[in-house]
Amino acid sequence: MLEVKKYFHSVTLDEEKCRGCTNCIKKCPTEAIRVRKSKARIIEERCIDCGECLRVCPYHAKKAITDDFAKLSEYRYKIALPAPSFYGQFKTTYSRSDILAALLKIGFDEVYEVARGAEIVTEATKKLLQLEKLKKPVISSACPAVVRLIQVRFPSLIDNLLKLESPMEVAAAISRKKAAETYKLNASEIGVFFISPCAAKVTSVKAPYEKEKSNVDGVLSMQDVYLKVVAVIEKNMGSEALEQAGYAGIRWAGSGGEGLALGTEQFLAVDGIQNVLTILEEIENGQLEEVEFVEALACYGGCLGGPLTVQNAFVAKTRLKKHIDKAKNKAVAVTVPRHDELMWTLDIEHRPVMKLDDDLDKAMKKLEELEEINEKLPGLDCGACGAPSCRALAEDIVRGIANETDCVFLLREKVRALAMEMMELEAKMPPVLDKGQTNGKGENGTRRG
Amino acid sequence: MSKSIQLHFELPGNDLNLAGEASSKVKKTLNQLGLKPAVVKKTAVAMYEAEINAIIHAGGGTLTATIDQESIVVVVRDQGPGIADLELAMQEGYSTASEKIRKMGFGAGMGLPNMKRHADLLEIESAVGQGTLVTITVFL
Repeated sequence: MLEVKKYFHSVTLDEEKCRGCTNCIKKCPTEAIRVRKSKARIIEERCIDCGECLRVCPYHAKKAITDDFAKLSEYRYKIALPAPSFYGQFKTTYSRSDILAALLKIGFDEVYEVARGAEIVTEATKKLLQLEKLKKPVISSACPAVVRLIQVRFPSLIDNLLKLESPMEVAAAISRKKAAETYKLNASEIGVFFISPCAAKVTSVKAPYEKEKSNVDGVLSMQDVYLKVVAVIEKNMGSEALEQAGYAGIRWAGSGGEGLALGTEQFLAVDGIQNVLTILEEIENGQLEEVEFVEALACYGGCLGGPLTVQNAFVAKTRLKKHIDKAKNKAVAVTVPRHDELMWTLDIEHRPVMKLDDDLDKAMKKLEELEEINEKLPGLDCGACGAPSCRALAEDIVRGIANETDCVFLLREKVRALAMEMMELEAKMPPVLDKGQTNGKGENGTRRG
Repeated sequence: MSKSIQLHFELPGNDLNLAGEASSKVKKTLNQLGLKPAVVKKTAVAMYEAEINAIIHAGGGTLTATIDQESIVVVVRDQGPGIADLELAMQEGYSTASEKIRKMGFGAGMGLPNMKRHADLLEIESAVGQGTLVTITVFL
């Protein structure tokens, strides 16, 4: 059971569609993919579920495991938790209340906006920043892929993470409690479903790092839900009372939304995994201590750019703006639980997946070997060996999971050397057959041994 | 005999595209050796400061990192202008950087004090007109 929890990933491979090309191995920020026997293989402990490979695969062979819509039938009372990015997927002729009403029509009994959860988290964050001395800059934990990236590649920044529950978890806990009280339901009769823009959130629910068990029962792909909603949505079908969240919460869908809501001047918002890497590197080098809060999102454009969204992030951003502007005219009161009630109950541990050996002496020896092998490799980073770069291949060789001859160039050199040797050998004749040879004096350099 | 690892880098003067690359590579090595995150962080901050100093203020130099069972020693050497008053230079906010360099976001006078805060041992040898030798030691 523990093993399952440790290595659950939403991002998986569709063996049939994979052609074994090298697009995904190149894009992976943790070098977690290798191609073996014409199929991509994900090194489970390295994968952070960022979804870069989902996006780049030309054959759509990478997929995110999400729950099936049919799972709703397992529960008596079904609650939908739409991520703020969901609103950006629809034409602006539909209001937020129309979208929420459509969710009620496709099988949910209740809707609770994650944007509302986001507002609660914002208030708790403000309190926490005020009351407690946190290591600066504080790094948002809103994006689970970024949290896992830190866990794998920037362990020294674990202490900088904002260890507060996510808007999704807060929304799930509140809506479940309310439903249980209002309708006198058992916890097992209530199904809480998050409508997700990404794979990382699925992993957050199935294998949470911040607590033992998630408050969410199922995670649905935003694309799946979108298809059901477009089939039933109508203009003016929803009453405004359905809209419970304010603009600050809706804005969390895009990059900068969480930071802006905090009302601090000293925040930095970064989106796109490569940009996030650069910023985390700077923080690790001690270069951003004047910044109070860092909002880092793995997808370009923030959650609006998530791999399970329907619209591209730019279109979605424009659409979302309409909803934000409309919500600005409406004041929303937020009752905030004490910030310590929202704190993580588990802490994340460093996952030292880059380590070459547990023993420092052995690790040093392997590192030396690695450098030597790396010198021999052509440095083209062609990926034909199945590793993302020559250096990664060198690393795989010292780890014992690859061979030097996996490199087509080294292999060719070896074949050439072998061919030369064969040519040389071919020219040699046993002395009794060697016609050109008389009195022990050979031609063509052949000599009696 | 226990092993040690040595990494050597040339630091090109005034080339901001390469600024921080040596530190980044050393950091990657430290992680591959499985050193504690706190040790990596301390080394990263001190080493990055020293590297940037050599590139921005001293027209480049060299960086050598030696790792053994006990410690990480990073030596940054340059042939730059040198530091006239080391004691003064160690004070927070003191800087001789030009307006141009300050505009780039450097030269705030926090480099040396920051280095000192993160290194377990910091030695600086400097002579005006001859250059500076910075030795940062972080114990494992």
